[in-house]
Amino acid sequence: MIVSEPKPTEEVLDSLAGVESVFILACGGCPVGCKSGGEERIAELADALSKAGKEVTGRAQIDFLCNKALVGSQLWYYLPQLRRSQGVLVVSCGIGVQAVAKMVDLPAFPANNTFSSGGMQGLWPSEERCAGCGDCILDLTGGICPITMCSKGLLNGTCGGQHDGKCEVDPERDCGWYLIYQRLKELGKLDNLKKIPPLRDYRKREVPGSQRRTTRWALEKEEIYEASLPTGTE
Amino acid sequence: MSRLQESLEQGEFVVTGEIGPPKGVNIEAALKDASYLKGRVVAVNVTDNQSSVMRLGSLGVCVRLLQEGYEPIFQLTCRDRNRLALQSDVLSAYILGIRNVLALTGDHPALGDHPGSKPVFDLDSVSLLVAIRSLMEGKDLAGEELDGKPSDLFPGATVTPGADPLEPQLIKMEKKIEAGAKFFQTQAVYDPKVFEKFMNQASKFGVPVLAGIVLIKSPAMARYMNENVPGVFVPDSIVKPLSEVSRKDRPKKSIELMAGLIRELKPMCQGVHIMAMGWERYVPELLDACEL
Repeated sequence: MIVSEPKPTEEVLDSLAGVESVFILACGGCPVGCKSGGEERIAELADALSKAGKEVTGRAQIDFLCNKALVGSQLWYYLPQLRRSQGVLVVSCGIGVQAVAKMVDLPAFPANNTFSSGGMQGLWPSEERCAGCGDCILDLTGGICPITMCSKGLLNGTCGGQHDGKCEVDPERDCGWYLIYQRLKELGKLDNLKKIPPLRDYRKREVPGSQRRTTRWALEKEEIYEASLPTGTE
Repeated sequence: MSRLQESLEQGEFVVTGEIGPPKGVNIEAALKDASYLKGRVVAVNVTDNQSSVMRLGSLGVCVRLLQEGYEPIFQLTCRDRNRLALQSDVLSAYILGIRNVLALTGDHPALGDHPGSKPVFDLDSVSLLVAIRSLMEGKDLAGEELDGKPSDLFPGATVTPGADPLEPQLIKMEKKIEAGAKFFQTQAVYDPKVFEKFMNQASKFGVPVLAGIVLIKSPAMARYMNENVPGVFVPDSIVKPLSEVSRKDRPKKSIELMAGLIRELKPMCQGVHIMAMGWERYVPELLDACEL
């Protein structure tokens, strides 16, 4: 299961500054399991957005946002609402945010921080796309992850090694920051590049002890047995 | 205040040079290279494991230069150290008398002679500048108070005038200024028109720019740079004349071409940064040729 946790509501609202109409798109997979998604979270977010004076143009939950074909076919039903939206708030792991950002011509904003793909990697092999850094900034980068797309995982733009849009490490590899630049230009959001994001907090990559005791994490059969007992059973 | 800072603040046209530390502890050749620059440049850059090839450290060589009466520019990359080590090395440099620090992201280790090593990049050029500024103001990156602050450091950064596209490069340059960069040394420039286009946009930032000059020693070197160094293009107007002279006459021709280039660049910038790459002995002649 890919483990994600809700971003603090203030952080979500900060990232949506200036975005007046928002479509909420949630993943019906892993986030439901780790309580960073599900109907309740969608309702909470919709409420917070309305209270902040934003229009919620629509909401949808799709199983699973990491399945490109599913996302493409399901989003089709929401075209009218999406057309009225200035942004999509994506309730999923980092992969889902990136998948949605690729599908829609709207800025995508992560509602969660992803910190582990502990064991199973969703329907879209995830590690190449989401490193589970625990501090998602896909809202600033046009839905393209600089941690996984830049060979150096830089946060502040192209280094001196960018050449014809490629990386200094491998001429066949795209420069992540070049892609981010192109995407932000398309979205009219180049100002995002001027912001200096906070330093990464590497503690956030660590999977908390509570998650390590779940059936999803444990390998040893005794632990799996214990973890599978209903709460309160000894 | 460093001499570099003083010269730039007084509006002088500044010349800086550069030496590369050896692989090993035999420092004589590097000091000999530096000796050609003595009295001709305001300060000398010392590279930090350049091209991700393990060498004698920048800090150690900077200190040796200081002892020999040069003013060093301590190049510091984010490739090999995390935020603790970077800040700590800046403080160490300070107590050893170093004031100029050039903040760089650094090449990826995969390009060098230890390609399997762990790339650090905990900070990058911009956040390293933020760290240096913070130290100068008496606090570390964690917000903890310093006992004694290195308030007169002089942080600088780099920019690639020939980057394509140029826009993200200019955005990052602005960000480096916002983060505290007080001067820029550029990637090598060979086409005054490209540099002019860049300076038309960059001069509004009001931060001094030293145009980078890598001495072209041979047509093969020019071809190599064109193929392998991002954002650098050596035009035919330099390659052709060099290929028309004998090997023995190349230094003379190169000096003539580079001097012409510097004369063209001079009105557009606040100085030049000369990377001689083993041709340090020709630098005095080159500077004579462009009256610097």
